[in-house]
Amino acid sequence: MSNVPAELKYTKSHEWIAVDGDTATVGITDHAQDLLGDMVFIELPDVGTSFEKGDDCAVVESVKAASDVYSPLSGEVIEVNEALADNPEAVNNEPYVSWLFKIKMSDASQLDDMLDANTYSGVAADDSH
Amino acid sequence: MGKQTPLYDKHIVMGAKMVDFGGWDMPLRYGSQIEEHHQVRNDAGMFDVSHMSVVDFTGSDTRQFLRKVFANNVDRLTTSGKALYTCMLKPNGTILDDLIVYFMDENWFRVVFNASTHDKDLAWVKEHAKPFNMEIIEPPNMAMIAVQGPNARAKVGAVFDEPVRSEIAALAPFTAAHFGDLFISRTGYTGEDGFEIILPASQVNDVWRSLYGEGVKPIGLGARDSLRLEAGMNLYGSDMDETTSPLESGLGWTVAWEPEGRDFIGRSALEKIRSEGPTHKLVGLILEGKGVLRNHQKVTVKGQDGGEITSGGFSPTLGKSIAFARVIKDISGTCKVEVRGQQMVATVVKLPFVRNGKSVQ
Repeated sequence: MSNVPAELKYTKSHEWIAVDGDTATVGITDHAQDLLGDMVFIELPDVGTSFEKGDDCAVVESVKAASDVYSPLSGEVIEVNEALADNPEAVNNEPYVSWLFKIKMSDASQLDDMLDANTYSGVAADDSH
Repeated sequence: MGKQTPLYDKHIVMGAKMVDFGGWDMPLRYGSQIEEHHQVRNDAGMFDVSHMSVVDFTGSDTRQFLRKVFANNVDRLTTSGKALYTCMLKPNGTILDDLIVYFMDENWFRVVFNASTHDKDLAWVKEHAKPFNMEIIEPPNMAMIAVQGPNARAKVGAVFDEPVRSEIAALAPFTAAHFGDLFISRTGYTGEDGFEIILPASQVNDVWRSLYGEGVKPIGLGARDSLRLEAGMNLYGSDMDETTSPLESGLGWTVAWEPEGRDFIGRSALEKIRSEGPTHKLVGLILEGKGVLRNHQKVTVKGQDGGEITSGGFSPTLGKSIAFARVIKDISGTCKVEVRGQQMVATVVKLPFVRNGKSVQ
């Protein structure tokens, strides 16, 4: 069973979201990193770029495949985790510490569409079979 | 569900992610694929390769038959136990399979074919064996473990008793010996020293457990692929198949042209390709930028397209992405590869990328 912290929100495409005021911090879940395997390269968005909910905005590339990361929310990228450039395996080792980017949300009501930990655990379990 | 090897339950208990490979359920990785790769380069790891096809050719015409069906010449094998790498060709010069053949005595040659090609290989050799006085036997209930890495020899020795221990320690590279039920060769598919052990399925779990006790870690097909890619070794079905000849696959060195009178299957077609000059060749590429080369990406040389990555991936030893690519013949310097919609520069290099644990680039 993969780790799904109760305090976070999730998407069906395996991103996690931590909310602090109008800022959303985004990463990929333990389940996602386990499926992809060892990360070798992570491409992050430019700070200042605006995305609509569902836009592809980052790439995580593992030994197995390249995978798009989708912006769970609309808004502007205000910070990216540049340390991952030299240390992509941090996403494997600590998926919930190794955030990818932070977004200043333009529509906080989109948070209502996110999954809670229980629901996401079900999605991840179905996905494993 | 695919076919299972005698070690299937071990893989599950050890937490392997399983994957279909040529109709077999095989371990992709047990934990981190990159750690498994380094384990083999730096110490010793073991692979379940029981899916591979072990076939014995016996009888007085065996050598004569193998001279006909293999592009390399088994007459190079004169000492008992000596191994030879070769392709088996169709009449048009394309590759049915690549394999290792071991000469044991004049009435016994052992061949290890690939797993995914088993049915067509057996049909092919049985059809062509009809005029010869010989038998083709698949020993039943066999298993096979490859143990690879700089410490592989010492650790394999530690799990067997004398006199087997001393005799396998004395095995020369690319040579095999059999000890009762055990058939051990100093061969592999990683570019490291080590052994491949063919043994009865009833014994394989004990040997696997003993090797594990010596600190030999299990390695999945994921690391097997990155290890062989670094070592410059082709994979059948990716780098060559029934649409390509050895001359376009970096395997010209395995074709024995002498003596001229040896009329092996595919010879006349290959001679034609050789005299006209093959249009393509297989080269090594190193990606300069960040990203990963993947199978089937398009390669362009001096504005001319038509090249393709045949095997690509991340090289843990180099810390960069590497690949084999089939490209137009007169390539040198650099080329461009379309990686996720972007044209990225790759350097053309001589193979292998890695030898004995160290980058040679």
